[in-house]
Amino acid sequence: MDLNQLSVLSLWSAMAMYALAFIAFSLDLARRSADVTAVADGMASGNAASAAAGAVAARTGDSSVATLTRPDVDAPQVEARRSPVLRVALALTVLAFLLHLTSVITRGVAAERVPWANMYEFGLTGTVLITAVYLVVLLRIDLRFLGTFITGLVLVLLGIAAVNFYVEVVPLPPALQSAWLIIHVFVASAATAFFALGFALSVLQLVQHRRQSGGADLKTLKLKFLATLPTAQRLENLAYRTNIVGFILWTFTLIAGAIWAERAWGRYWGWDTKEVWTFIIWVIYAGYIHARATRGWRGSRSAWLAIIGFAAVMFNFSVVNLFFKGLHAYSGL
Amino acid sequence: MSRPSDYVDAGAPQRADGPSNDIMQPKLGFVGTLRFIWRQLTSMRTALLLLLLLAIAAVPGSLVPQRSSDPNGVIQYFTDNPDLAPILDNIQMFDVYGSVWFSSIYLLLFVSLIGCVVPRTKHHFQAMRSKPPRTPARLERLAAHTDVTLEGGDAGAAIESAHTLLKKSGYRTELYQGKNGDVSVSAERGYLRETGNLVFHSALVGMLVTVAVGGGLGYAGQRVVVEGQTFVNTLLDYNSFNPGRFYNPDDLAPYALTLDKFDVTYEKENLDAYGQPIDFTANVTTRLPNGDTEERAVKVNDPLRFEGTDVYLLGNGYAPKITVRDPDGTIVWTDSVPFLPQDGNLTSLGVIKVPDGLEEQLGMIGFLYPTAYELETGAYTSTYPDLVFPVLTLNVYSGDLGINDGAPKSVYSLDIDDMTQLTGGKTGVDSIELMPGQSQDLPGGRGTITFENANPDAAAPAEDAVTTADFAGSVARFASFDVHRDPTQGWVLTFAILILGGLLTSLFVPRRRVWIKATDNADGTVRVEYAGLARGEDPGLGEAVDALAYRHGTALGLPR
Ligand code: HEM
Repeated sequence: MDLNQLSVLSLWSAMAMYALAFIAFSLDLARRSADVTAVADGMASGNAASAAAGAVAARTGDSSVATLTRPDVDAPQVEARRSPVLRVALALTVLAFLLHLTSVITRGVAAERVPWANMYEFGLTGTVLITAVYLVVLLRIDLRFLGTFITGLVLVLLGIAAVNFYVEVVPLPPALQSAWLIIHVFVASAATAFFALGFALSVLQLVQHRRQSGGADLKTLKLKFLATLPTAQRLENLAYRTNIVGFILWTFTLIAGAIWAERAWGRYWGWDTKEVWTFIIWVIYAGYIHARATRGWRGSRSAWLAIIGFAAVMFNFSVVNLFFKGLHAYSGL
Repeated sequence: MSRPSDYVDAGAPQRADGPSNDIMQPKLGFVGTLRFIWRQLTSMRTALLLLLLLAIAAVPGSLVPQRSSDPNGVIQYFTDNPDLAPILDNIQMFDVYGSVWFSSIYLLLFVSLIGCVVPRTKHHFQAMRSKPPRTPARLERLAAHTDVTLEGGDAGAAIESAHTLLKKSGYRTELYQGKNGDVSVSAERGYLRETGNLVFHSALVGMLVTVAVGGGLGYAGQRVVVEGQTFVNTLLDYNSFNPGRFYNPDDLAPYALTLDKFDVTYEKENLDAYGQPIDFTANVTTRLPNGDTEERAVKVNDPLRFEGTDVYLLGNGYAPKITVRDPDGTIVWTDSVPFLPQDGNLTSLGVIKVPDGLEEQLGMIGFLYPTAYELETGAYTSTYPDLVFPVLTLNVYSGDLGINDGAPKSVYSLDIDDMTQLTGGKTGVDSIELMPGQSQDLPGGRGTITFENANPDAAAPAEDAVTTADFAGSVARFASFDVHRDPTQGWVLTFAILILGGLLTSLFVPRRRVWIKATDNADGTVRVEYAGLARGEDPGLGEAVDALAYRHGTALGLPR
């Protein structure tokens, strides 16, 4: 078996692990819903504490805490219990990530160059970065509730890449032999990973916002697990922090792309279709950042802009690469 | 911070700019109306709407081919959609990024930007010189707040050490005395955040201006050079030349450039990519008026920077050398003709025009197959891009080439309206078919045509030995160079770096105000309060205040 076959094999194993992790994360959400139902029932019978062991109804008035602890206004309405299935899901995600990473590295070694020179490889590396960014952010912020989204997204994208975009290892054509390929494309993938995370948070923010404005009655809540998630306000702040990292990386992508275009095509900017879409995405996210600073636009409206921005990122990667004519003919298909 | 009134942190709106104001508009008067419009234009909401509009307006340019980047696509579009295309053309859909509507959006946006940034810059300069604000009376109302009670010591000493600590941490500080006998230090940091934001927005303006001006100061020219030929950097020697508005072609740097050899490497090991080119190198010699020569290489992704110009390698192909003789054997025409590659295996198409020396003008449309393979239909195809079994086929036309009136005609196309076809197609006469080194009679006793072998060491192959002959180097290659000059490129890069730097500082430098207040209690203890206020996004504020309290406690000798 040669290295590329090994790469394909670990890719499919990674996909299997992602699928299992996805299931586990979904079970966790189901369990959260069950917890919330239990708390709701307990509250109805006037006995919140004993209703579900460990499930605490927070936000019971303003506790006046003294030094070095402050009341967390953004805490979830219902504190999620520690959950074995969530740990399993995380372990599976880490395993999937390692297999995925193996697949990326072996592909690169087999090709004797960076593994992001055509759509298949770009799909492979872009998704490994999504998982990597997610896992790194998890070390600092508890975003485990996003597991279903992240593993689901990565699984779908990998499936498309493996089935529809697969190409054999071929050497780089002269047009792609440049240090800027390494920088430009890698940073674009990293930006995409942050935008993906920001997108998920913005979607949750919208859902959570609707729930909160619908009142805090746990009984009538449709997606019960939402009560265990942070408030819309906190989700919005998290989304913003993720998206601005993505935006800075995207700005760098744009500049690096222009420098490369100057070397390769003799002009730094020529409104080639891919350049146009990179610009459009940049402007949408600049709009998003502005919206966050504009009275009347903070909150749900700005969240929609982040969602549109990520839709444009996905569009840029798929439709623009495959169907639009332009100089960026690197799909390898 | 003198930001637009609808900026989220701007406090309560001072004026009602909303709908209620519309009713009062007639009273505003001329100046008042202007001021009203200006305020609207420089508001956050307008900036946001213009940004979103800009994003939307950029979309059509990716759906419809643009004259600037894909002129042939536009021509094709007109052919494919004869009804729709003129309508689209009327609204500048083929020139979106230079169109009136696209330009008005970004110009309005930049007017708004300048109107927004100038007052903010003034305000920021003042803010950087003014003192941190007076300590609020009730610190516990602030979002980040914590306090400790010290056994012993006194408020003055506590604040003194707090003052030192804050200064060391890069805060600007001011001491204040409260009404209730408390002393406090008020501190502020992170002015760089606003500086970054202003640098970012100003650099955007700089970028726009540079790009607008830069296009006019330089030029771009194209030139096809065959191996062995020399290109002289003068207006006459370019195949096409587009000067910027302010560029004087007399200023072209005087130099010459000879294409010595064009090297191509093909993949031969990986069967999935067999025949794929993996390297193009144009080996050139540059020559200056003073006689200095230098051997250089131009590669894809690696232009030649020379005498203030950039020389890019953008294309290449074969340029078969063809000689036409009249019936007496006198050479009437000879040249190396660049043939345009049509596919990955370099099936190439070219046109030969022989205007003088024969009874009638001759035109030929030729195909070169570097590695010819005969299909069942009898047609040729090329199966490999290098010269393994090169065959040139030519269809000959006689009549009027249409070039006598001096109107410019593309060298890559033949206008056959006034010509008669002599070989190939329906004529029943076989097309001319040549391998390097071979000659053949032109139809109707018009003379002969020779496909010269560019390799000086090669003898003309015997008729029965062609399949084993080595044709390497038998056809010269050409390179097409783009020569550019853009003296503002360095500025564009500088502004790009400022944009990125401004962005990083403005998004990641936290701007905060911190207050530390100490009060002597009646029982001899001292109450120290710590509080912070963020300006803009600052996820680390709470932690920062806690950390300050901790470090201050350590400085005061609290047990740790
Ligand atoms: C070419 C158009 C513009 C672009 C691409 C743009 C982009 C951006 C970006 C990326 C940021 C976030 C980074 C930073 O704070 O430096 C920002 C912030 C800001 N922009 Fe703009 N901007 C534009 C025009 C304007 C205009 C016309 C105004 C005034 C009406 C404005 C006012 C602001 C303000 C006040 C902030 C700070 C936002 C905050 O505190 O989060 N911008 N802009």
